[in-house]
Amino acid sequence: MGGRLVELAHGGGGTMTAELIELVREYVGNPLLDRLEDAACIKLSGRVAFTTDSFVVSPLEFPGGDIGRLAVAGTVNDLAVAGAVPEFLSLSLVIEEGMTFNQLRRLLDSVKATAAEAGVVIACGDTKVVECGKADGIFITTSGVGRIPDGVTVSVHGAQPGDAVILSGEMGLHGVAVMAAREGLGFARSAVSDVAPLNRMLAPLAAKLGVHVMRDPTRGGCAAALHEIAAASGVSIILDEGALPIPGVVGGACSLLGTDPLEMPNEGKALVVLPESRSAEAVAILRSHQYGREARVIGSVTGKGRVPVALSTALGQRPVDAPRGELLPRIC
Amino acid sequence: MVLVDRGYRDGELAKHIIGRIRAEMGDGPPVRLMEVCGTHTVSIGRCGLRRAVPPNLFLLSGPGCPVCVTPGSYIDAAAELALSGVTVVTFGDMVRVPGSRTSIEDARAAGGKVVVASSVTAALDIARKKAGEVVFLAVGFETTAPTIAAAVLAAEREGLDNFSVLVSHKLVPPALRAILGDPECAVDGFILPGHVSTIIGTPPYRFLADEFGVPGTIAGFELIDVLVGLETLVRRVRRGEREIDNEYTRAVRPEGNPRAREAVGRVFEPADTAWRGIGVLPMSGLALSDKHAAFDAARKYSFDLSDYELPSGCMCGNVMRGLMRPAECPLFGKACTPQSPVGACMVSVEGACAVSHKYGEF
Repeated sequence: MGGRLVELAHGGGGTMTAELIELVREYVGNPLLDRLEDAACIKLSGRVAFTTDSFVVSPLEFPGGDIGRLAVAGTVNDLAVAGAVPEFLSLSLVIEEGMTFNQLRRLLDSVKATAAEAGVVIACGDTKVVECGKADGIFITTSGVGRIPDGVTVSVHGAQPGDAVILSGEMGLHGVAVMAAREGLGFARSAVSDVAPLNRMLAPLAAKLGVHVMRDPTRGGCAAALHEIAAASGVSIILDEGALPIPGVVGGACSLLGTDPLEMPNEGKALVVLPESRSAEAVAILRSHQYGREARVIGSVTGKGRVPVALSTALGQRPVDAPRGELLPRIC
Repeated sequence: MVLVDRGYRDGELAKHIIGRIRAEMGDGPPVRLMEVCGTHTVSIGRCGLRRAVPPNLFLLSGPGCPVCVTPGSYIDAAAELALSGVTVVTFGDMVRVPGSRTSIEDARAAGGKVVVASSVTAALDIARKKAGEVVFLAVGFETTAPTIAAAVLAAEREGLDNFSVLVSHKLVPPALRAILGDPECAVDGFILPGHVSTIIGTPPYRFLADEFGVPGTIAGFELIDVLVGLETLVRRVRRGEREIDNEYTRAVRPEGNPRAREAVGRVFEPADTAWRGIGVLPMSGLALSDKHAAFDAARKYSFDLSDYELPSGCMCGNVMRGLMRPAECPLFGKACTPQSPVGACMVSVEGACAVSHKYGEF
């Protein structure tokens, strides 16, 4: 069914719907999903983390990833930064009539590969088809559950004065890659999204090092995530401008577009806050992983100061604003 | 892409240059320097230069943010177009600016067709699909005008009769003249805009020195670029030298870019233009020539864009003329914040008030 298109009838509940479900199972099927029960029955014990996220991105496929990888990695990462070991995901697809089966197959293949990389099982799912113009290709919602190991207490409320702030790699790549693909920005063509599941990299940090906070700086970038940590923990965070890992393509694109690398979204990075004395060990653990090669300490936590988040530059400190929520390219 | 060498952001070099500026300034009378480019405004704010230079050196932000000086009626017209079914294509920084009655953001939320783009070519691409009328919001200084001119020429060549531009282009030199002509003006020198100068070159600034006895220095946008420009300008002011210097020689040639100016000249002609908060300044903007009237959205849809009033209580006009610092406006940080802006200077990412608020200069 390569060149065929998804039609409204694929969402109508009849044999064509069964065909669509069969396609999904072909990629992400497993004993749990293949039973086709109305609800998956899973066994949980101890403390469980539970999260959900919806994914909308244009274009659906971009350098470094696609919405399929994003939908799995995004929910896996939300569990991982809560200190949980992700186990099960749901997968809900809202498909716009007219999507090619070829593209749908590519996206499902990406879901499959990312779930396998993260070691999570797609336990249940749903498909809907909406009229042309009522969606943007495909919207994907994933929910996830994970087990929180005994002794792990990671919380956005946990940052304390004296903690170090680590970023697990270079910032802004996802935001610039997607913006470049969407706007056809030739100068930023070399930007590749960092979208990746981080659970295997982060698990040892939560288990061994007594990490206080972990956060994935997605929408709103590091600036938004750090503001959330500062507000929830009642502290201030001081970043060191010289330590910020800003790749050339991100710095250049942001200069041209009038945006700030600190506000650019990431989909394969974690902010880790832990006692300064453990920071070297944490950086070493992160750097031993393929997604953490550029991990480094980028700042520190202090008592609540004049501003929640500040940047220490060669000429003094300046506040880092919380982003408003829409990145708008400027005139010149 | 070619990336700016990190040396242009070197903190140690910056401190060294600031030391030289401090020595030049000494304990003498205050010096007031104005930049007239939004990118300089951001650069100075982001680098924290106002706090780093000596206290008798004042850095003022002039009318260098094109969004900030665009009349409210222009925003209203764009919103009206979007709501009437026309596809309005715009640079991102226009979206949130309050007009006299509404904003483009509000029009979009109400179902208006608004496309945010980083270039006018996006508007041409949409127009080529021939699925309705397309209007591009042509805002900006000498820097953006050539790309708009090229787009109008392309539309003419291709016979795109569903494409037009709503023009609010401004020219920098007439604005500088207006600032210096104001009896209250207390500007001792200008940091001249690097990008604009790549187009117009150095001669259009000669009148600053020749007629008003005020020096100017063309500067780039990185930390060291700005500081080198400041140092040159401070030295000129302190020594009473009336010169126009170019400290951005890696981008600006004395003659500018004649080819870009030629394209502008084929499509536009100078015209009296309204600057929000400042007034109608003679020959301070660009209007489409009669030959290209078909591409002029203001004529096509009969809009009058000659107002320059500000929202009640807003002091953006005084801020942009260098008569007041953003924090001296009674609304600043209270009734007027980036989350809930009253004046355009608080909306635009390059607005003097937004930059001042963002980087904590209060």
